[in-house]
Amino acid sequence: MAETKQFIIAYLNKGQFGIDIKYIDNIIVMQSITRIPKSQSFFKGVINLRGEIVPVLSLRNKLGMDEAAHTSKSRIIIVRPESGAAPVGLIVDEVREVVTLEQDSIEKMTYDDKDEKANYSIGIGKYGNELINLLSVPSIIIEKEQ
Amino acid sequence: MDVSQYLEIFIEETKEHLQSLNQHLLILEREPENENTINEIFRAAHSLKGMAGTMGYKRMQRLTHDMENVFSEIRNGKMKASSSLVDVLFKGLDALENYLSNIQSEANEGEDDNEEIINALNNILNEGLGQAPTPKAAETAKEVITPTAQAVVDDKLKYLNVKIEEHEKKAMVKAGMLGLNVIGVTVYIHEYCVLKGARAFMVNRTLEEFGEIIKLNPSAQDLEDEKYDYDYSAFIITKESPEKLIKVASNVSEVKEVVAGFIQLPSAEVESYTAILKQDEAASAQPQSAKEANSLKAGNAPAAKQAAKPVANRSVRVDIDKLDVLMNLVSELIIAKNGLISISSEKEIMTDNNFHEQIEYLERVTTNLHESVMKTRMVPIESVVNRFPRMIRDLSKKLEKEMELYMTGEETELDRTVIDEIGDPLMHLLRNAADHGLESNADREKAGKNSTGSIYLDAYQDGNNVVIEVRDDGAGINTEKIKRKAIEKGSITEEQAQRMTEKDIIDILFQPSFSTAEQITDVSGRGVGLDVVKTKIEALGGEIEAKTKLGEGSNFIIRLPLTLAIIQSLMVIIGDEKYALPLGSIQTIEDIPVTDIKTIQGKEVINLRGTVVPIIRLGNLLHCKNREVAPEELLVVIVKKGERLAGMVVDELIGQQEIVIKSIGKYIKSHKIISGATILGNGEVALILDVNSLV
Repeated sequence: MAETKQFIIAYLNKGQFGIDIKYIDNIIVMQSITRIPKSQSFFKGVINLRGEIVPVLSLRNKLGMDEAAHTSKSRIIIVRPESGAAPVGLIVDEVREVVTLEQDSIEKMTYDDKDEKANYSIGIGKYGNELINLLSVPSIIIEKEQ
Repeated sequence: MDVSQYLEIFIEETKEHLQSLNQHLLILEREPENENTINEIFRAAHSLKGMAGTMGYKRMQRLTHDMENVFSEIRNGKMKASSSLVDVLFKGLDALENYLSNIQSEANEGEDDNEEIINALNNILNEGLGQAPTPKAAETAKEVITPTAQAVVDDKLKYLNVKIEEHEKKAMVKAGMLGLNVIGVTVYIHEYCVLKGARAFMVNRTLEEFGEIIKLNPSAQDLEDEKYDYDYSAFIITKESPEKLIKVASNVSEVKEVVAGFIQLPSAEVESYTAILKQDEAASAQPQSAKEANSLKAGNAPAAKQAAKPVANRSVRVDIDKLDVLMNLVSELIIAKNGLISISSEKEIMTDNNFHEQIEYLERVTTNLHESVMKTRMVPIESVVNRFPRMIRDLSKKLEKEMELYMTGEETELDRTVIDEIGDPLMHLLRNAADHGLESNADREKAGKNSTGSIYLDAYQDGNNVVIEVRDDGAGINTEKIKRKAIEKGSITEEQAQRMTEKDIIDILFQPSFSTAEQITDVSGRGVGLDVVKTKIEALGGEIEAKTKLGEGSNFIIRLPLTLAIIQSLMVIIGDEKYALPLGSIQTIEDIPVTDIKTIQGKEVINLRGTVVPIIRLGNLLHCKNREVAPEELLVVIVKKGERLAGMVVDELIGQQEIVIKSIGKYIKSHKIISGATILGNGEVALILDVNSLV
């Protein structure tokens, strides 16, 4: 059997995005977020996650989409870009399911250095008739040195 | 014997002994006749030798041994501690330190024999003495034999029947050589005594005031566990007579009788041991090292008691990580407490007086707990600064300038983590002061100053801060020169330079661009690595400021927070958000009518009782929502940093609260004013504003 990977499907602006479950710590409902003045615009602020201060960022903003008001379906996915690294929250519109993809059904993206947004993706997954944009968690969170 | 488990203790104690040697050698150089100092040096060197021997570090032992020989001659008054002699001894100490650092990093002492130093030491010995130490041997032998023998074999003198071990015999002979008496004592305790163990302990402690107990029969452990009948024996090395010991020991209550007398070994044995001791002095380390080994095992109580000072007996070495865990737990507890307080103020529970009282009680306990944990982490700054006198002495020789270091406040305490980090910055500042701050002796005389330069290191506590000042009475910083250089380098424009205050100019010194360039030495000599110093101190949550007066000297002032994790803060509201301002830097809180605000050079200022104070609208700075109705009076929190004041405009005050500082992580980049975040009682996160950074 071919190697498989599991992804959590998050919705952003009706599009489907997959996040490898190996990065995911936790998925929580929206909380009150404390704004951090003068930070990068995609960082919405920090939350209190069981006594730990965790920064949260808007995945919509980071991926260049329009911001939307948070609804009762909005979730914060807590991820760690590396094992042992400090956690970060990703705000998404909705979280629905976990899918298992075989390695063959993942199509690697052609790498384009100029398009920074494309670098946030590790490839496109085919799941039935749907196409899922698979996100690269480390490159979303860790900023490249300029 | 497997000694690896003692390695850590060995390293710690060796460090202490080396430090003590360093300190006392400095004193000795100044007061060659100071008997206490010589004794202290001898004691430290001797322990060091014994410890090195026990651990099997032969080279270290040999070097210490040769140094000890020199100390011994100084102590006996046969040699004078001249400056050149002290130089060699210092070199020896450095070599020992090298051994130690080798042991620390590689668990062996390395290959360096340091023959040069050993030869130098031996040359000194030969020159200084010119005669072999034979007369001394004869003298000691006589002394061991002469003591009045209590020939009457009394049944009561049970100590005579105690078997004496090899190394104990050596210790006795050694004592004889040093002119001390070896006295055997048998103590009889009353049969009705209930706490025999405690009684024996008290007697021993009394005896120890007069000498050193080298052997107990039964062993100290057995005595403590009351595993003896009603009598026990002890051997003591002392200056006192048996009669005196009998008198003091009998004074302890519930002691029925004490008998004592001089101990003498058969003269044949004395001679053979004396010979061994003379032939191979290294062997004299044996009783000492045996003692050290025992004290390390901690099983042999009396030995342990002698090895450590009474103060040390009352302390424990604790891993700093464990203290960190404890501190974190205290932080959690304080957050939980804040939660309880916020619930109680929302709900009607508040009306229940009893509940309220309990909450207040809890608050007191957590605050005290925090303080106590904090105190356990505090270490006197002495452990860092005590190596500086030596450094200044070396610098003084190297730079060929006469200088003295005056230190005060070595007992000032700081958090352990801060202590570990503060050494290098201080060393840097002192080097700067010695190298560039102080003028040459000739220049000083020309300027009408005392030709010997003075460097001061003062530490003291100031509110919630610890202040360390490094001062010199040298030439001071020439601000004009700095200004010109800065313009030349293009870091400031001519115009900017015009407007800059003296203070702004001195601040240039702390800029990184000023640290590496060669011009530094041309500018003033200052600035070498000052940016590194500043970065380090700021990383510790502190700040540094420089003051100078041309021709009179400069002063570098370091302020460090007492604690790093938990602080008292003033909670305020700006716009609709809550922020915490550290209470330590807050001076006063003022109501200022809007009409009192003046504008000078585009900056808003107020006149506060005669002082012009710039004000900063935090709301604008942090992009907070503006209040709909502009108030007629502004709430201004006056913040003080060093001598400078600034006013921070806030919208509302909530009150004072103890908060736990948490980092907001490295992913978010934000304004430098945000120094962290804290969790409030209701679970909300509030940001901590480092208002000092704006002053």
